[in-house]
Amino acid sequence: MTVQKTERPPSGPTEVQTPDGGPRPRGPRATPGRLTGLTPYLLLAPAIIATLLLLGWPLVNNGILSFQNLNMRQFILHLTEWNGFDNYKDVLTGEDFWRVTGRSIAFTAANVVLIMILGTLVGLLLARLGRKMRTLLMVGLVLAWAMPVVASTTVYQWLFAQRFGVVNWVLAKIGFESMADHDWLSTQYSTFLVVLLLIVWQSIPFVAINLYAATTTIPKELYEAASLDGAGAWKQFTSVTLPYLRPFIYATTFLEIIWVFKAFVQVFTLNEGGPERLTEILPVYAYIEGMGNQHFGMGAAIAMLTIVILLAITSYYLRIVLKQEEDEL
Amino acid sequence: MKRSPLGRIWPNLTAVVLFLVFVFPVYWMFATAFKPTGDIISEDPVWFPADATLEHFKTAMDADHFWTMVGNSITVTVCAVVFSLIIGVTGAFALARMRFKGRRGFIIGFMLAQMAPWEVMVIAIYMIVRDADMLNSLIPLTLFYMVMILPFTLLTLRGFVAAVPKELEESAMVDGCTRMQAFRRVILPLLAPGLMSTSLFGFITAWNEFPLALVINKEADAKTLPIWLSSFQTAFGDDWGATMAAASLFALPILILFVFLQRRAVSGLTDGAVKG
Repeated sequence: MTVQKTERPPSGPTEVQTPDGGPRPRGPRATPGRLTGLTPYLLLAPAIIATLLLLGWPLVNNGILSFQNLNMRQFILHLTEWNGFDNYKDVLTGEDFWRVTGRSIAFTAANVVLIMILGTLVGLLLARLGRKMRTLLMVGLVLAWAMPVVASTTVYQWLFAQRFGVVNWVLAKIGFESMADHDWLSTQYSTFLVVLLLIVWQSIPFVAINLYAATTTIPKELYEAASLDGAGAWKQFTSVTLPYLRPFIYATTFLEIIWVFKAFVQVFTLNEGGPERLTEILPVYAYIEGMGNQHFGMGAAIAMLTIVILLAITSYYLRIVLKQEEDEL
Repeated sequence: MKRSPLGRIWPNLTAVVLFLVFVFPVYWMFATAFKPTGDIISEDPVWFPADATLEHFKTAMDADHFWTMVGNSITVTVCAVVFSLIIGVTGAFALARMRFKGRRGFIIGFMLAQMAPWEVMVIAIYMIVRDADMLNSLIPLTLFYMVMILPFTLLTLRGFVAAVPKELEESAMVDGCTRMQAFRRVILPLLAPGLMSTSLFGFITAWNEFPLALVINKEADAKTLPIWLSSFQTAFGDDWGATMAAASLFALPILILFVFLQRRAVSGLTDGAVKG
């Protein structure tokens, strides 16, 4: 499948390419020469116009704003004051932007590494389970996956609440007495830890269920051949399963990088980038500089740089996907 | 792989533990929502809401503007989904059934649009909406959500259209239908499962959208539910019962839709995705 999504879609087993290109159902081919002319463009026009207007224009406008000195005063008086590359100069020579960028990268890396490793393990476990147990675990995974992010963030606030939060109670019970009244949102690392647990918990299902679906497409003959060659379970895993799943894992990793990098909602709703602005990741930083502190021009410049970073990752991801789907386009 | 009964114990045990890990936060949300306040603020957690009460749901539903916001969320979501289906299905038909210059470019363009970083464009969007004098109205949200879910709708439906055997269409045209009639009478009915699952996705996306709703609609009677829920704690302090009831009310429709999607649309989805 490798349909790219901004939201995690409910599971449709992911289309996985066999290393050799594999047999795939082919979509019917339109016969060339029939119905040429304007019709396809007319049919596509509404979608294209809507996208250009409502997605293209904000992107362009974001660029325009980033070259303006646009703060509270100019905003209220509707003034347009161009200031060339000043916003970019300020952002790129200041310490904040680089600190936040480093933080964003570290945060994304920690999340994605955990999501991919644990997600893969859970996916392989699903493949090993019997029918009943698999269904049970699937139910749990789907419920976690389906939770609206704002709702799950609120629930995590409650789980980690300083007083009466169940996490502190459990920690105190198993011997960490000092945790009995711990305020999770009081420091940078412990706030990030809560966000990390939330994101990993909610992202594992997508990886696990799709990976499991991918394993079901591995031809049995491959395993039979491997065991005839005397390969043990581990050898079968490294010589059959892993190579077969590599394209899937690769594409999913990039999807997760993109998703986590712009995890605005989780970070913002948990603690608004606090304490002391120490948990702002790039999208939150752009928002708080721009909308919160009303340095709209600066915020737009930060947003632009963030968009460039995301665009680079996204194009790379799409290249992977398009390579896999070349024959389908 | 050999499977002895003993070899089954560890995987099964792990599965049960994982099930609990994934379900617990969801369970805790609902359990807390039904517990009387005394059970919520007790030194030791009460694991099961034995004395279930609806008081917290009442608190949440009696909150200022609650029903207005429910209405807002439903209006914006349903309109966005319907618009994107209408625009999407025609485009999907062109991409799936016709050969024309730039087709591949359009597909890649929509793939890129699907990954658009909306979270990072809020400042620019806020400015546009303000200059159009449309702050605190449901129209901009509806339009932006429509475009947010449009690429996915279009690309997924393209797979569904491609999956409809061409012969059906051709035989309809042999019988004297025009291409458009053939589309309306033959393809569209067969697309029903595809339209169903695609619109549910769109519904989930729009229902949950947070950053745009946060900046565009600041006034209470124009807010949508995610914004209300995120500010619930500020409004209700440490009333965790009411907060969890609010979260439950917000999450329940989506959880139900998701289960429904799992059961009904997965097969359809994969068909669509295979030719994605």
